[in-house]
Amino acid sequence: MADLSVNIAGVEFSNPIIAASGTIGFGHEYGELYPLSVFGGISCKGTTLKERPGNPPPRIAETPMGMLNAVGLQNPGAEHFINVELPWLKKQNTVVIANAAGSTESDYCEITELLSDTDVDMIELNISCPNVKAGGAQFGTSPESVEKITSAVRRYCKKPLIIKLSPNVADIAAVAKAAESAGADAVSLINTLTGMRIDINTRRPIIRNITGGMSGPAVFPVAVRMVYQVKKAVKIPVIGLGGISTWQDAVEMMMAGADAIQIGTILFTDPYAPVKISEGLHGWLDTHDMKSVTELTASVITD
Amino acid sequence: MKFDAQDCILVGKYRLTPTIYDFRLKNAQLAEITKPGQFAHILIPGKTLRRPISVCDIEDDIIRIVFEIRGDGTRILSECEIGDKINIIAPLGKGFDIPQDKKIAFIGGGIGVPPMLYSAKRAGENSVVINGFRDKSAVILTEDFNKIGCRLIETTDNGTYGIHGFVTSPLEEIINDIDMICTCGPTPMLKNIYKIAKKHNKPCFVSLEQRMACGVGACLGCAVGIKRADGTVTYKHVCKDGPVFNAEEVAW
Repeated sequence: MADLSVNIAGVEFSNPIIAASGTIGFGHEYGELYPLSVFGGISCKGTTLKERPGNPPPRIAETPMGMLNAVGLQNPGAEHFINVELPWLKKQNTVVIANAAGSTESDYCEITELLSDTDVDMIELNISCPNVKAGGAQFGTSPESVEKITSAVRRYCKKPLIIKLSPNVADIAAVAKAAESAGADAVSLINTLTGMRIDINTRRPIIRNITGGMSGPAVFPVAVRMVYQVKKAVKIPVIGLGGISTWQDAVEMMMAGADAIQIGTILFTDPYAPVKISEGLHGWLDTHDMKSVTELTASVITD
Repeated sequence: MKFDAQDCILVGKYRLTPTIYDFRLKNAQLAEITKPGQFAHILIPGKTLRRPISVCDIEDDIIRIVFEIRGDGTRILSECEIGDKINIIAPLGKGFDIPQDKKIAFIGGGIGVPPMLYSAKRAGENSVVINGFRDKSAVILTEDFNKIGCRLIETTDNGTYGIHGFVTSPLEEIINDIDMICTCGPTPMLKNIYKIAKKHNKPCFVSLEQRMACGVGACLGCAVGIKRADGTVTYKHVCKDGPVFNAEEVAW
Protein backbone atom coordinates (compact mmCIF):
# COMPACT_ATOMS: atom_id res chain seq x y z
CA MET A 1 0.00 0.00 0.00
CA ALA A 2 1.23 3.48 -0.86
CA ASP A 3 2.45 5.92 1.77
CA LEU A 4 -0.18 8.58 2.54
CA SER A 5 1.98 10.55 4.97
CA VAL A 6 2.88 14.17 4.24
CA ASN A 7 5.11 16.68 5.97
CA ILE A 8 3.79 20.22 6.21
CA ALA A 9 6.21 22.81 7.58
CA GLY A 10 8.08 20.18 9.60
CA VAL A 11 4.94 18.54 11.01
CA GLU A 12 4.31 14.90 10.10
CA PHE A 13 0.73 13.96 9.08
CA SER A 14 -0.23 10.27 8.76
CA ASN A 15 -2.38 11.21 5.76
CA PRO A 16 -3.08 14.43 3.83
CA ILE A 17 -6.74 14.72 4.90
CA ILE A 18 -7.34 17.47 7.46
CA ALA A 19 -10.73 18.42 8.90
CA ALA A 20 -11.50 22.05 8.02
CA SER A 21 -12.02 24.57 10.79
CA GLY A 22 -15.64 25.22 11.75
CA THR A 23 -16.99 21.93 10.44
CA ILE A 24 -15.87 19.55 13.17
CA GLY A 25 -15.89 21.68 16.34
CA PHE A 26 -13.27 20.13 18.60
CA GLY A 27 -13.80 16.62 17.29
CA HIS A 28 -16.14 15.09 19.89
CA GLU A 29 -19.14 14.53 17.61
CA TYR A 30 -17.48 12.83 14.64
CA GLY A 31 -15.27 11.04 17.15
CA GLU A 32 -18.43 9.07 18.05
CA LEU A 33 -18.35 7.53 14.56
CA TYR A 34 -14.66 6.71 14.04
CA PRO A 35 -11.28 7.34 15.61
CA LEU A 36 -10.20 10.90 14.80
CA SER A 37 -6.92 9.45 13.54
CA VAL A 38 -8.74 8.86 10.22
CA PHE A 39 -7.79 12.51 9.75
CA GLY A 40 -4.13 13.40 9.31
CA GLY A 41 -5.00 16.52 11.26
CA ILE A 42 -7.86 18.53 12.67
CA SER A 43 -8.17 22.27 12.33
CA CYS A 44 -10.24 23.21 15.35
CA LYS A 45 -13.14 25.65 15.52
CA GLY A 46 -11.96 29.28 15.17
CA THR A 47 -10.97 30.40 18.64
CA THR A 48 -10.88 33.94 20.01
CA LEU A 49 -9.37 35.27 23.24
CA LYS A 50 -12.75 35.52 24.93
CA GLU A 51 -15.89 33.45 24.40
CA ARG A 52 -18.04 34.65 21.45
CA PRO A 53 -21.79 34.02 21.26
CA GLY A 54 -21.90 34.04 17.44
CA ASN A 55 -24.58 35.44 15.14
CA PRO A 56 -28.36 35.27 15.67
CA PRO A 57 -30.17 32.53 13.68
CA PRO A 58 -30.88 31.53 10.98
CA ARG A 59 -27.21 30.87 10.28
CA ILE A 60 -27.59 28.30 7.49
CA ALA A 61 -29.02 28.27 3.95
CA GLU A 62 -28.78 25.64 1.25
CA THR A 63 -27.50 26.57 -2.22
CA PRO A 64 -27.26 24.52 -5.42
CA MET A 65 -24.56 21.93 -4.58
CA GLY A 66 -23.52 23.79 -1.49
CA MET A 67 -24.52 25.94 1.45
CA LEU A 68 -24.11 29.30 3.13
CA ASN A 69 -23.20 29.73 6.76
CA ALA A 70 -22.91 32.72 9.04
CA VAL A 71 -22.13 31.16 12.41
CA GLY A 72 -20.04 34.20 13.36
CA LEU A 73 -17.21 32.42 15.17
CA GLN A 74 -19.26 31.17 18.10
CA ASN A 75 -16.63 29.62 20.37
CA PRO A 76 -15.93 29.08 24.08
CA GLY A 77 -12.74 31.18 24.13
CA ALA A 78 -9.01 30.43 24.32
CA GLU A 79 -8.95 29.44 27.98
CA HIS A 80 -11.58 26.74 27.49
CA PHE A 81 -9.85 25.52 24.35
CA ILE A 82 -6.48 25.24 26.08
CA ASN A 83 -7.68 23.73 29.36
CA VAL A 84 -10.58 21.51 28.25
CA GLU A 85 -10.41 20.70 24.54
CA LEU A 86 -6.70 20.53 23.86
CA PRO A 87 -5.74 17.85 26.44
CA TRP A 88 -8.43 15.54 24.98
CA LEU A 89 -7.51 16.31 21.36
CA LYS A 90 -3.83 15.58 22.02
CA LYS A 91 -4.79 11.99 22.88
CA GLN A 92 -6.57 11.40 19.55
CA ASN A 93 -3.47 10.54 17.50
CA THR A 94 -3.95 13.29 14.92
CA VAL A 95 -2.21 16.61 14.28
CA VAL A 96 -3.95 19.36 16.26
CA ILE A 97 -4.17 22.69 14.47
CA ALA A 98 -5.52 25.62 16.48
CA ASN A 99 -7.47 28.12 14.38
CA ALA A 100 -6.83 31.60 15.79
CA ALA A 101 -9.26 34.46 15.18
CA GLY A 102 -9.67 37.98 16.44
CA SER A 103 -11.02 41.48 15.82
CA THR A 104 -7.83 43.53 15.98
CA GLU A 105 -4.15 43.02 15.22
CA SER A 106 -3.37 42.91 18.92
CA ASP A 107 -6.07 40.22 19.44
CA TYR A 108 -4.38 38.05 16.83
CA CYS A 109 -0.96 38.59 18.41
CA GLU A 110 -2.22 37.89 21.90
CA ILE A 111 -4.06 34.66 21.05
CA THR A 112 -1.13 33.43 18.95
CA GLU A 113 1.22 34.06 21.88
CA LEU A 114 -1.15 32.16 24.21
CA LEU A 115 -1.47 29.20 21.84
CA SER A 116 2.28 29.11 21.22
CA ASP A 117 2.83 28.09 24.82
CA THR A 118 0.52 25.07 24.55
CA ASP A 119 0.76 21.59 23.00
CA VAL A 120 -0.95 22.55 19.72
CA ASP A 121 1.04 21.28 16.75
CA MET A 122 0.33 24.20 14.42
CA ILE A 123 -1.54 27.49 14.33
CA GLU A 124 -3.80 28.44 11.45
CA LEU A 125 -4.49 32.17 11.32
CA ASN A 126 -8.10 32.86 10.37
CA ILE A 127 -7.95 36.17 8.53
CA SER A 128 -10.69 35.19 6.13
CA CYS A 129 -13.92 34.69 8.09
CA PRO A 130 -16.58 36.63 6.16
CA ASN A 131 -19.19 36.49 8.92
CA VAL A 132 -17.94 38.79 11.65
CA LYS A 133 -18.26 42.57 11.66
CA ALA A 134 -14.81 43.43 12.99
CA GLY A 135 -11.65 41.59 12.05
CA GLY A 136 -11.86 38.33 10.14
CA ALA A 137 -11.77 38.90 6.42
CA GLN A 138 -10.81 42.58 6.65
CA PHE A 139 -7.25 41.42 7.33
CA GLY A 140 -7.27 38.99 4.45
CA THR A 141 -8.44 41.05 1.51
CA SER A 142 -5.25 42.65 0.19
CA PRO A 143 -1.57 41.65 -0.05
CA GLU A 144 -0.65 44.67 2.10
CA SER A 145 -3.02 43.81 4.96
CA VAL A 146 -2.03 40.12 4.85
CA GLU A 147 1.64 41.03 4.98
CA LYS A 148 1.05 43.37 7.93
CA ILE A 149 -0.94 40.93 10.08
CA THR A 150 1.32 37.99 9.23
CA SER A 151 4.51 39.86 10.22
CA ALA A 152 2.89 41.11 13.41
CA VAL A 153 1.71 37.64 14.44
CA ARG A 154 4.96 35.98 13.35
CA ARG A 155 6.81 37.76 16.16
CA TYR A 156 4.63 35.99 18.74
CA CYS A 157 4.24 32.63 17.02
CA LYS A 158 6.53 29.80 18.11
CA LYS A 159 4.57 27.14 16.20
CA PRO A 160 4.43 26.47 12.46
CA LEU A 161 2.12 29.18 11.16
CA ILE A 162 -0.51 28.57 8.46
CA ILE A 163 -2.27 31.61 6.98
CA LYS A 164 -5.81 30.76 5.84
CA LEU A 165 -6.63 32.81 2.76
CA SER A 166 -9.89 34.32 1.57
CA PRO A 167 -10.99 33.75 -2.03
CA ASN A 168 -12.74 37.12 -2.01
CA VAL A 169 -9.70 38.89 -3.51
CA ALA A 170 -8.56 40.08 -6.93
CA ASP A 171 -5.19 38.29 -7.02
CA ILE A 172 -4.87 35.22 -4.79
CA ALA A 173 -1.24 34.59 -5.81
CA ALA A 174 -0.20 38.06 -4.68
CA VAL A 175 -1.91 37.53 -1.33
CA ALA A 176 -0.18 34.17 -0.84
CA LYS A 177 3.20 35.68 -1.74
CA ALA A 178 2.61 38.44 0.82
CA ALA A 179 1.95 35.81 3.51
CA GLU A 180 5.10 33.91 2.51
CA SER A 181 7.37 36.95 2.56
CA ALA A 182 5.99 37.95 5.98
CA GLY A 183 7.02 34.61 7.46
CA ALA A 184 4.12 32.17 6.97
CA ASP A 185 5.17 28.51 7.05
CA ALA A 186 2.21 27.41 4.93
CA VAL A 187 -1.01 28.74 3.43
CA SER A 188 -4.44 27.13 3.39
CA LEU A 189 -7.11 28.08 0.87
CA ILE A 190 -9.90 28.70 0.15
CA ASN A 191 -12.09 29.96 2.95
CA THR A 192 -15.72 30.51 1.94
CA LEU A 193 -16.93 32.76 -0.86
CA THR A 194 -19.31 35.47 0.33
CA GLY A 195 -22.85 34.73 -0.85
CA MET A 196 -26.50 35.57 -0.20
CA ARG A 197 -29.95 33.99 -0.61
CA ILE A 198 -33.38 35.65 -0.39
CA ASP A 199 -36.66 33.98 0.53
CA ILE A 200 -38.89 35.31 -2.27
CA ASN A 201 -42.05 34.81 -0.20
CA THR A 202 -40.91 37.00 2.69
CA ARG A 203 -38.47 39.14 0.61
CA ARG A 204 -36.00 38.67 3.44
CA PRO A 205 -32.50 37.21 3.32
CA ILE A 206 -32.60 33.57 4.51
CA ILE A 207 -29.58 34.20 6.73
CA ARG A 208 -30.10 36.73 9.53
CA ASN A 209 -26.58 38.11 8.94
CA ILE A 210 -27.80 38.84 5.36
CA THR A 211 -24.65 37.39 3.78
CA GLY A 212 -22.86 34.14 4.54
CA GLY A 213 -19.88 32.08 3.46
CA MET A 214 -20.51 29.69 0.59
CA SER A 215 -18.98 26.22 0.68
CA GLY A 216 -19.57 22.76 -0.77
CA PRO A 217 -19.08 21.11 -4.17
CA ALA A 218 -20.17 24.28 -6.02
CA VAL A 219 -16.99 26.14 -4.98
CA PHE A 220 -14.60 23.29 -5.84
CA PRO A 221 -13.51 24.52 -9.32
CA VAL A 222 -12.78 27.99 -7.87
CA ALA A 223 -10.66 26.36 -5.17
CA VAL A 224 -8.76 24.20 -7.67
CA ARG A 225 -7.97 27.26 -9.78
CA MET A 226 -6.74 29.28 -6.80
CA VAL A 227 -4.61 26.44 -5.39
CA TYR A 228 -3.05 26.03 -8.85
CA GLN A 229 -2.22 29.75 -9.02
CA VAL A 230 -0.86 29.89 -5.48
CA LYS A 231 1.33 26.79 -5.85
CA LYS A 232 3.07 28.41 -8.80
CA ALA A 233 3.66 31.59 -6.80
CA VAL A 234 5.04 30.32 -3.46
CA LYS A 235 7.59 27.81 -2.16
CA ILE A 236 5.88 27.12 1.19
CA PRO A 237 3.40 24.20 1.46
CA VAL A 238 -0.13 24.77 0.20
CA ILE A 239 -3.13 23.19 1.90
CA GLY A 240 -6.02 23.00 -0.57
CA LEU A 241 -9.66 23.11 0.47
CA GLY A 242 -13.03 24.16 -0.87
CA GLY A 243 -15.75 21.71 -1.83
CA ILE A 244 -13.70 18.50 -1.80
CA SER A 245 -16.26 15.69 -1.57
CA THR A 246 -14.75 12.54 -3.07
CA TRP A 247 -11.35 10.88 -3.36
CA GLN A 248 -11.33 11.97 -7.00
CA ASP A 249 -11.67 15.59 -5.82
CA ALA A 250 -8.79 15.00 -3.39
CA VAL A 251 -6.57 13.67 -6.19
CA GLU A 252 -7.55 16.64 -8.39
CA MET A 253 -6.83 19.18 -5.66
CA MET A 254 -3.41 17.67 -5.03
CA MET A 255 -2.63 17.60 -8.76
CA ALA A 256 -3.51 21.32 -8.83
CA GLY A 257 -0.83 21.97 -6.23
CA ALA A 258 -2.01 20.99 -2.76
CA ASP A 259 0.49 19.35 -0.39
CA ALA A 260 -2.40 18.42 1.90
CA ILE A 261 -6.14 18.95 1.74
CA GLN A 262 -8.94 19.94 4.10
CA ILE A 263 -12.49 18.66 3.95
CA GLY A 264 -15.46 20.37 5.59
CA THR A 265 -18.95 20.63 4.18
CA ILE A 266 -18.92 17.04 2.87
CA LEU A 267 -18.90 15.86 6.51
CA PHE A 268 -22.46 17.21 6.80
CA THR A 269 -23.58 15.22 3.76
CA ASP A 270 -21.55 12.10 4.54
CA PRO A 271 -19.84 11.90 7.93
CA TYR A 272 -17.81 8.92 6.72
CA ALA A 273 -16.23 10.92 3.85
CA PRO A 274 -12.68 10.94 5.36
CA VAL A 275 -12.67 7.14 5.51
CA LYS A 276 -13.85 6.85 1.89
CA ILE A 277 -11.39 9.49 0.64
CA SER A 278 -8.51 7.74 2.37
CA GLU A 279 -9.48 4.36 0.85
CA GLY A 280 -9.90 5.98 -2.56
CA LEU A 281 -6.47 7.63 -2.40
CA HIS A 282 -4.86 4.28 -1.56
CA GLY A 283 -6.65 2.66 -4.48
CA TRP A 284 -5.62 5.37 -6.96
CA LEU A 285 -1.97 5.39 -5.88
CA ASP A 286 -1.73 1.59 -6.03
CA THR A 287 -3.39 1.46 -9.45
CA HIS A 288 -0.96 4.07 -10.78
CA ASP A 289 2.02 2.45 -9.09
CA MET A 290 2.80 5.50 -7.00
CA LYS A 291 4.69 4.92 -3.76
CA SER A 292 3.73 8.16 -2.03
CA VAL A 293 0.79 10.54 -2.09
CA THR A 294 3.30 13.39 -2.35
CA GLU A 295 3.89 12.37 -5.97
CA LEU A 296 0.45 13.77 -6.77
CA THR A 297 1.24 17.31 -5.65
CA ALA A 298 1.35 19.79 -8.53
CA SER A 299 1.47 16.96 -11.06
CA VAL A 300 -1.04 18.62 -13.38
CA ILE A 301 0.18 18.76 -16.98
CA THR A 302 -0.51 22.10 -18.64
CA ASP A 303 1.64 22.12 -21.75
CA MET B 1 -23.10 3.73 20.02
CA LYS B 2 -24.91 7.04 20.50
CA PHE B 3 -25.80 7.55 16.83
CA ASP B 4 -24.61 6.47 13.40
CA ALA B 5 -25.02 7.19 9.69
CA GLN B 6 -26.57 4.06 8.20
CA ASP B 7 -28.76 2.99 5.31
CA CYS B 8 -32.37 2.05 6.03
CA ILE B 9 -34.73 0.28 3.66
CA LEU B 10 -37.98 2.05 2.87
CA VAL B 11 -40.46 -0.74 3.63
CA GLY B 12 -43.69 1.26 3.87
CA LYS B 13 -44.84 4.46 2.20
CA TYR B 14 -48.24 6.08 2.71
CA ARG B 15 -49.65 9.43 1.60
CA LEU B 16 -51.63 10.84 4.52
CA THR B 17 -52.69 14.10 2.82
CA PRO B 18 -51.73 15.60 -0.57
CA THR B 19 -48.52 16.96 1.02
CA ILE B 20 -47.84 14.71 4.03
CA TYR B 21 -46.07 11.36 3.75
CA ASP B 22 -45.64 8.49 6.22
CA PHE B 23 -42.42 6.49 5.70
CA ARG B 24 -41.42 3.25 7.45
CA LEU B 25 -37.63 2.88 7.53
CA LYS B 26 -36.19 -0.47 8.50
CA ASN B 27 -33.01 -0.47 10.58
CA ALA B 28 -32.99 -2.55 13.76
CA GLN B 29 -29.80 -1.10 15.22
CA LEU B 30 -30.91 2.53 15.05
CA ALA B 31 -34.56 1.80 15.93
CA GLU B 32 -33.49 0.09 19.14
CA ILE B 33 -31.73 3.15 20.57
CA THR B 34 -34.18 5.87 19.46
CA LYS B 35 -36.10 7.72 22.18
CA PRO B 36 -39.25 9.88 21.91
CA GLY B 37 -38.58 13.40 20.57
CA GLN B 38 -35.27 12.51 18.87
CA PHE B 39 -34.78 13.07 15.16
CA ALA B 40 -33.22 11.50 12.08
CA HIS B 41 -31.02 13.52 9.71
CA ILE B 42 -31.97 12.29 6.27
CA LEU B 43 -29.72 12.29 3.21
CA ILE B 44 -31.50 13.68 0.14
CA PRO B 45 -30.12 12.51 -3.22
CA GLY B 46 -28.37 15.44 -4.93
CA LYS B 47 -28.50 17.77 -1.91
CA THR B 48 -25.59 18.98 0.22
CA LEU B 49 -27.65 19.33 3.39
CA ARG B 50 -29.62 16.56 5.04
CA ARG B 51 -33.16 17.20 6.31
CA PRO B 52 -33.84 16.84 10.05
CA ILE B 53 -37.13 15.01 10.64
CA SER B 54 -38.53 14.02 14.05
CA VAL B 55 -39.18 10.37 14.69
CA CYS B 56 -42.95 9.74 14.76
CA ASP B 57 -42.85 6.22 16.16
CA ILE B 58 -40.72 3.14 16.68
CA GLU B 59 -42.17 -0.32 16.17
CA ASP B 60 -39.66 -3.15 16.52
CA ASP B 61 -37.03 -2.52 13.84
CA ILE B 62 -39.01 0.20 12.05
CA ILE B 63 -38.36 3.93 12.36
CA ARG B 64 -41.48 5.79 11.30
CA ILE B 65 -41.23 9.36 10.02
CA VAL B 66 -44.11 11.57 8.93
CA PHE B 67 -43.08 14.67 6.98
CA GLU B 68 -44.61 17.43 4.90
CA ILE B 69 -43.37 18.56 1.48
CA ARG B 70 -42.02 22.02 2.28
CA GLY B 71 -39.51 22.48 -0.54
CA ASP B 72 -37.24 20.75 -2.99
CA GLY B 73 -35.57 18.44 -0.45
CA THR B 74 -38.73 17.00 1.07
CA ARG B 75 -40.24 16.69 -2.43
CA ILE B 76 -37.29 14.56 -3.56
CA LEU B 77 -37.62 12.48 -0.38
CA SER B 78 -41.34 11.96 -1.06
CA GLU B 79 -40.44 10.47 -4.44
CA CYS B 80 -38.45 7.59 -2.89
CA GLU B 81 -40.02 4.20 -3.54
CA ILE B 82 -40.44 1.06 -1.46
CA GLY B 83 -37.20 -0.92 -1.44
CA ASP B 84 -35.04 2.20 -1.79
CA LYS B 85 -32.10 2.73 0.55
CA ILE B 86 -32.34 5.95 2.57
CA ASN B 87 -29.28 7.03 4.55
CA ILE B 88 -29.99 8.57 7.94
CA ILE B 89 -27.95 9.80 10.88
CA ALA B 90 -29.90 8.77 13.95
CA PRO B 91 -30.92 8.96 16.67
CA LEU B 92 -30.00 12.61 17.20
CA GLY B 93 -30.70 15.22 19.84
CA LYS B 94 -32.18 15.10 23.31
CA GLY B 95 -35.82 14.02 23.23
CA PHE B 96 -38.63 14.35 25.74
CA ASP B 97 -38.03 13.10 29.25
CA ILE B 98 -41.26 11.27 30.12
CA PRO B 99 -41.70 10.52 33.83
CA GLN B 100 -44.06 7.57 34.36
CA ASP B 101 -45.65 9.00 37.49
CA LYS B 102 -46.77 12.28 35.89
CA LYS B 103 -49.89 13.17 33.97
CA ILE B 104 -48.64 14.76 30.78
CA ALA B 105 -50.36 16.83 28.09
CA PHE B 106 -48.81 16.24 24.66
CA ILE B 107 -49.71 19.04 22.27
CA GLY B 108 -48.97 18.94 18.55
CA GLY B 109 -49.64 21.58 15.93
CA GLY B 110 -49.73 20.65 12.23
CA ILE B 111 -46.57 18.82 11.22
CA GLY B 112 -45.58 19.03 14.93
CA VAL B 113 -48.14 16.30 15.61
CA PRO B 114 -46.10 13.22 14.50
CA PRO B 115 -43.37 13.33 17.20
CA MET B 116 -46.11 13.41 19.84
CA LEU B 117 -47.14 9.84 18.94
CA TYR B 118 -44.06 7.97 20.18
CA SER B 119 -43.87 10.32 23.16
CA ALA B 120 -47.52 9.85 24.18
CA LYS B 121 -47.20 6.09 23.64
CA ARG B 122 -44.47 6.03 26.28
CA ALA B 123 -46.74 7.84 28.74
CA GLY B 124 -49.66 5.53 27.91
CA GLU B 125 -53.18 5.94 29.25
CA ASN B 126 -52.07 8.59 31.68
CA SER B 127 -51.64 11.14 28.92
CA VAL B 128 -53.85 13.72 27.25
CA VAL B 129 -53.11 14.56 23.63
CA ILE B 130 -54.27 17.79 22.01
CA ASN B 131 -53.62 18.00 18.28
CA GLY B 132 -54.38 21.12 16.26
CA PHE B 133 -54.70 21.38 12.48
CA ARG B 134 -55.42 24.08 9.90
CA ASP B 135 -58.56 22.35 8.64
CA LYS B 136 -60.13 18.93 8.16
CA SER B 137 -57.97 18.07 5.13
CA ALA B 138 -54.81 18.44 7.23
CA VAL B 139 -55.85 16.08 10.06
CA ILE B 140 -53.44 13.15 10.50
CA LEU B 141 -52.77 10.18 12.79
CA THR B 142 -56.18 10.14 14.58
CA GLU B 143 -56.37 6.34 14.55
CA ASP B 144 -52.78 5.96 15.73
CA PHE B 145 -53.40 8.15 18.77
CA ASN B 146 -56.69 6.38 19.53
CA LYS B 147 -54.84 3.03 19.54
CA ILE B 148 -52.45 4.03 22.36
CA GLY B 149 -55.28 4.62 24.79
CA CYS B 150 -54.64 8.27 25.55
CA ARG B 151 -57.38 10.87 25.83
CA LEU B 152 -57.38 12.56 22.39
CA ILE B 153 -58.65 16.08 21.69
CA GLU B 154 -58.47 17.46 18.14
CA THR B 155 -58.98 21.02 16.95
CA THR B 156 -59.09 22.80 13.61
CA ASP B 157 -58.49 26.51 13.10
CA ASN B 158 -61.65 26.85 10.96
CA GLY B 159 -63.89 24.36 12.75
CA THR B 160 -64.22 21.92 9.84
CA TYR B 161 -63.28 19.05 12.19
CA GLY B 162 -63.09 18.60 15.96
CA ILE B 163 -63.15 21.61 18.24
CA HIS B 164 -63.26 24.97 16.43
CA GLY B 165 -60.18 27.01 17.40
CA PHE B 166 -56.59 26.64 18.57
CA VAL B 167 -55.10 24.00 20.89
CA THR B 168 -54.85 26.59 23.64
CA SER B 169 -58.59 26.60 24.48
CA PRO B 170 -58.84 22.88 25.38
CA LEU B 171 -55.49 23.20 27.15
CA GLU B 172 -56.89 25.87 29.46
CA GLU B 173 -59.81 23.57 30.27
CA ILE B 174 -57.61 20.62 31.30
CA ILE B 175 -54.56 22.41 32.67
CA ASN B 176 -55.50 21.78 36.32
CA ASP B 177 -55.64 18.01 35.70
CA ILE B 178 -52.09 17.67 34.31
CA ASP B 179 -48.57 17.92 35.74
CA MET B 180 -46.54 18.94 32.71
CA ILE B 181 -46.64 19.77 28.99
CA CYS B 182 -44.64 18.42 26.03
CA THR B 183 -45.25 20.20 22.72
CA CYS B 184 -44.13 20.59 19.12
CA GLY B 185 -45.51 22.92 16.47
CA PRO B 186 -45.32 26.43 15.03
CA THR B 187 -43.46 28.96 17.20
CA PRO B 188 -46.50 31.22 17.89
CA MET B 189 -48.37 28.15 19.20
CA LEU B 190 -45.44 27.12 21.41
CA LYS B 191 -45.20 30.64 22.82
CA ASN B 192 -48.91 30.73 23.68
CA ILE B 193 -48.75 27.29 25.30
CA TYR B 194 -45.76 28.41 27.34
CA LYS B 195 -47.69 31.49 28.54
CA ILE B 196 -50.53 29.28 29.80
CA ALA B 197 -48.09 26.82 31.40
CA LYS B 198 -46.30 29.65 33.17
CA LYS B 199 -49.56 31.16 34.46
CA HIS B 200 -50.49 27.80 35.97
CA ASN B 201 -46.96 26.99 37.08
CA LYS B 202 -46.66 23.78 35.02
CA PRO B 203 -43.34 22.59 33.52
CA CYS B 204 -43.37 22.96 29.73
CA PHE B 205 -40.99 21.32 27.25
CA VAL B 206 -40.92 22.47 23.62
CA SER B 207 -39.42 20.84 20.54
CA LEU B 208 -37.86 23.53 18.33
CA GLU B 209 -36.84 23.75 14.67
CA GLN B 210 -33.99 25.62 13.01
CA ARG B 211 -32.12 25.50 9.70
CA MET B 212 -29.51 22.84 10.31
CA ALA B 213 -26.30 21.61 8.72
CA CYS B 214 -24.30 18.87 10.50
CA GLY B 215 -27.08 17.64 12.82
CA VAL B 216 -24.62 16.38 15.43
CA GLY B 217 -23.38 19.51 17.23
CA ALA B 218 -20.18 20.16 15.31
CA CYS B 219 -20.95 23.15 13.07
CA LEU B 220 -23.05 25.31 15.43
CA GLY B 221 -25.44 26.27 12.62
CA CYS B 222 -28.84 25.60 14.22
CA ALA B 223 -28.62 28.21 16.98
CA VAL B 224 -31.44 29.02 19.38
CA GLY B 225 -31.33 31.85 21.93
CA ILE B 226 -31.28 30.55 25.51
CA LYS B 227 -31.52 32.69 28.66
CA ARG B 228 -28.72 32.33 31.17
CA ALA B 229 -29.27 32.58 34.92
CA ASP B 230 -27.86 36.14 34.88
CA GLY B 231 -30.43 37.21 32.25
CA THR B 232 -28.03 37.37 29.29
CA VAL B 233 -28.76 35.34 26.15
CA THR B 234 -26.45 32.67 24.80
CA TYR B 235 -26.85 30.37 21.80
CA LYS B 236 -27.43 26.67 22.18
CA HIS B 237 -28.10 24.29 19.31
CA VAL B 238 -31.26 22.50 18.25
CA CYS B 239 -29.40 19.40 17.05
CA LYS B 240 -27.37 18.55 20.14
CA ASP B 241 -28.74 20.57 23.08
CA GLY B 242 -32.31 20.15 21.76
CA PRO B 243 -34.55 19.78 19.87
CA VAL B 244 -36.41 19.65 23.20
CA PHE B 245 -35.83 22.61 25.51
CA ASN B 246 -37.38 23.70 28.77
CA ALA B 247 -39.65 26.57 27.62
CA GLU B 248 -38.52 28.56 30.66
CA GLU B 249 -34.98 28.76 29.23
CA VAL B 250 -35.88 29.79 25.69
CA ALA B 251 -35.32 33.47 24.80
CA TRP B 252 -38.74 33.74 23.05
